[in-house]
Amino acid sequence: MTRRAVARTFVYLSLIAATVVVLLPLVVVLLTSLKTEQEMAEADGALSLPGNLLNFDNYVTAFQDGRMLSAFGNTALILLVAIGGTVLIGSMTAYAIDRFSFRFKKLVVALFLVAALVPGVTTQVATFQIVNSFGMFDTLWAPIVLYMGTDIVSIYIFLQFVRSIPISLDESARLEGANAFTIYRKIIFPLLKPAIATVVIVKGITVYNDFYIPFLYMPSEDLGVISTSLFRFRGPYAAHWETISAGAVLVILPTLIVFLFLQRFIYNGFMRGATR
Amino acid sequence: MAATAQKAVEQPVAGAESAAPARARRWRGLTPWLFLIAPLTLLIVFTYAPIANMVAYSFTDWDGVSPELNYTGADNYTEIFTREDLFRVFFVSGYYLAASAVQIAAALYFATILSFNVRFRNFFKGVLFFPYLINGVAIGFVFLYFFQDGGTLDSVLSLLGVHTDHAWLGTSTSANTSLAGVSVWRYLGLNFVLFLGAIQSIPGELYEAAELDGANRWHQFRYIIAPGIRPVLSLTVILSISGSLSVFEIPYIMTGGATGTETFVIQTVNLAFRFNKTGLASAAAVVLLLIILLVTWVQRRLVPDERVDLV
Repeated sequence: MTRRAVARTFVYLSLIAATVVVLLPLVVVLLTSLKTEQEMAEADGALSLPGNLLNFDNYVTAFQDGRMLSAFGNTALILLVAIGGTVLIGSMTAYAIDRFSFRFKKLVVALFLVAALVPGVTTQVATFQIVNSFGMFDTLWAPIVLYMGTDIVSIYIFLQFVRSIPISLDESARLEGANAFTIYRKIIFPLLKPAIATVVIVKGITVYNDFYIPFLYMPSEDLGVISTSLFRFRGPYAAHWETISAGAVLVILPTLIVFLFLQRFIYNGFMRGATR
Repeated sequence: MAATAQKAVEQPVAGAESAAPARARRWRGLTPWLFLIAPLTLLIVFTYAPIANMVAYSFTDWDGVSPELNYTGADNYTEIFTREDLFRVFFVSGYYLAASAVQIAAALYFATILSFNVRFRNFFKGVLFFPYLINGVAIGFVFLYFFQDGGTLDSVLSLLGVHTDHAWLGTSTSANTSLAGVSVWRYLGLNFVLFLGAIQSIPGELYEAAELDGANRWHQFRYIIAPGIRPVLSLTVILSISGSLSVFEIPYIMTGGATGTETFVIQTVNLAFRFNKTGLASAAAVVLLLIILLVTWVQRRLVPDERVDLV
């Protein structure tokens, strides 16, 4: 073999190895979720196939006993309000910062910038007291407000886009008598569609997967989101890996579907979001 | 570009203002603040007020509930740095830091090979990135089963003829290594996609020119790709360091911090919300915040990033 052929073989072998490492744990959990309790007890290893590939009993148990319906409902509600708020707040902030010059503008920008450096996990002890003092502890408002309030990434993404919108559009609207709010609503906001798509995707995935905030702020069982509801499986199903696996698959599945449909946008979104 | 854009908008506004009545001028000065009032309120209430409070709590013995709190000076800080059991969590970060190095190297390797022509490129890209999108609790469960006795890992090993009765999460070293491995599995994709984006933004002609000059793949990597992705690389390094210090989800879900896998954030959460030591937990959080800010500052000094300007 030539050196080039050896190199190519190595490249493909490494890619296949990585694929196995990524997929194997997930495939095994999928297989486990389709096994019966008896199969779990008898099987000599995790790699055995379930007797019936269409055995969805564990999913029914996980979905009903794990209260997944209300978990998906709560998650959807939080997603809707928090993302709507983030889009509105982020785009307004970007518009104000890019299109106006005003006193203390430098200070305002610095406040947003410095906040971007402060990781949320470090301030949670004190944030908790504030959320609590507003009476938002153990309500859906706590995560909603926290997700909306501290999102510098989305402000930055919007800022990039607002800059690319020509000022001449603002000016011609102004000549026709439009005020700042009309310009924002009728010109800027509609032109921000690609940025909005990016923010919705990046933020959506973050909120859907977040565990820390709902875990700290919404301990009551009725307010479980998908992360915290799944986490509660640990107690009652501790030894029932088939049920836990079904729960995990139920949570992963929507992400997989969204990913397969929106692949390209998701890559771009994360590149834009992280290289701020 | 932003600076010129602002001038362009200022001039016509200034011209109109001199003719307009004073009331309109005041209204115009107020406009940006009307847009900023909600974001600024949220920012101050949920980011800056907590920081200020946290610093204040860190000098007290407050338990987070009672109205009583005593000023204790720097006692909490002394306690963090002198009590061996509290300080230990920093060593756990070492495992995640080492894992980050592996992760960055692997991400760089895969990003490089997948930015050239490879069959099934999009499939491999998707496979490598997907774990980053998965819910942390689900990942925790997937890997709890993975490391279980007779679970995925043991089954695979026995398939390869290796029989172990090793309790993967049983000892501190092996548990931390396993957990750090999970974090590589989870976050590799993000680094990979960032590197991929940076490599793709390098103009293709550079490779062609290099190839004409007889450069091989390694030369191309060394002299074109590596310098081209420096800003992203430095960003990744800093995200890894602060990430390694603030690990929470995976160890909390998988071991609850048992067998020596307690990280700084798990400890802080336990101190604050289980043992009601809000003062001590605040001091710990201040220490973490300072370390992360310090790391960021050092990175900014070492690698001046031209893209940090927000305006």
